[in-house]
Amino acid sequence: MLGALTILLVFQLIGEVLAQLFALPIPGPVIGMALLFVALALRGGPSAELRDTAQNLLQHLSLLFVPAGVGVMLHFHRIGDEWLPLTAALVGSTLLTIAVTALVLRALAGRAEAREE
Amino acid sequence: MRASANLAEIWVYLSASPLLGLTVTLLAYQGAWWLSKRAGFHPLANPVLLAVAALVLLLALTGTPYATYFDGAQFVHFLLGPATVALAIPLYTQLPKLRAMAGPLLAALVAGSLTATVSAVAIGKLFGASEASLLSLAPKSVTTPIAMGIAERIGGLPSLTAVLVIATGILGAVSARFIYQALGIADHAVRGFAIGVASHGIGTARAFQVSEQAGAFSGLAMGLNALLTALLVPLLIPLLKHWL
Repeated sequence: MLGALTILLVFQLIGEVLAQLFALPIPGPVIGMALLFVALALRGGPSAELRDTAQNLLQHLSLLFVPAGVGVMLHFHRIGDEWLPLTAALVGSTLLTIAVTALVLRALAGRAEAREE
Repeated sequence: MRASANLAEIWVYLSASPLLGLTVTLLAYQGAWWLSKRAGFHPLANPVLLAVAALVLLLALTGTPYATYFDGAQFVHFLLGPATVALAIPLYTQLPKLRAMAGPLLAALVAGSLTATVSAVAIGKLFGASEASLLSLAPKSVTTPIAMGIAERIGGLPSLTAVLVIATGILGAVSARFIYQALGIADHAVRGFAIGVASHGIGTARAFQVSEQAGAFSGLAMGLNALLTALLVPLLIPLLKHWL
């Protein structure tokens, strides 16, 4: 648990340092994720400890968005003024994005599978 | 009389310490999780939505400012970083499927990322949103820190973007199942990837409730879309301004 948490923090730290150093537009944790993925591929997989810790952390990923979500209370006023365009844009765009991504992926992945067979 | 004076003193003491913000966050979330579980993890009983609603109500009723609450809640917020890094592990277990689908995944990513930005700005414009709101909407499908950075660069309002990002996440988590049912999409890799492109980490949290494969592909989509959106949106905005 402690060792695994340290590994995650070390990769996040490396990611943050690289992001700052090269002024990258990607946040440090995402770079850390990519680096850890490469490390796992080189090493041939995570230890049981790392796997368990990641599972525990990700099982309650929803919890980690709650503090930022409560920040909505700071913007009630602004949202009230433009609620219709904002709601329409968020609902329409989110539904469209999910549908387009899923349909394109299914169409192309289906074709790739068919070619392999 | 004396007891109530003591209670008030306790309140003053507690509301100045991070303990209270942290504890109510965990309590609200566990209550929300319990309700979500009782509802068979139905997407409409989204734990982020339920916990945020309960906490906003609580803070409003007690007159507690957000900054005071966040002093305690920031310890939970901090864990977003290591949790993002931890997404590498489920992703690694999907390596064979990832390899087989690499080309289609990238094509779907580009299609989804463009749809997210262009449709948000176009629909917002259609319904008469202000320019500041349109620019704040453009990066709404990517994880909060990146979205805020993009909004700042293109002239939006970063703090408004943060709220739009969370709302997008919850909307995607709540609605994805119904879209997949309507379109007849069953593959968990496809389901996870699409929700990750549209709804970043909150979509990924939802995908992990469904299956580890959906969660892994959603985490991948979230990371890739963060990268692509950061590159695309600053290029797209001048074009969109010209068209609209």
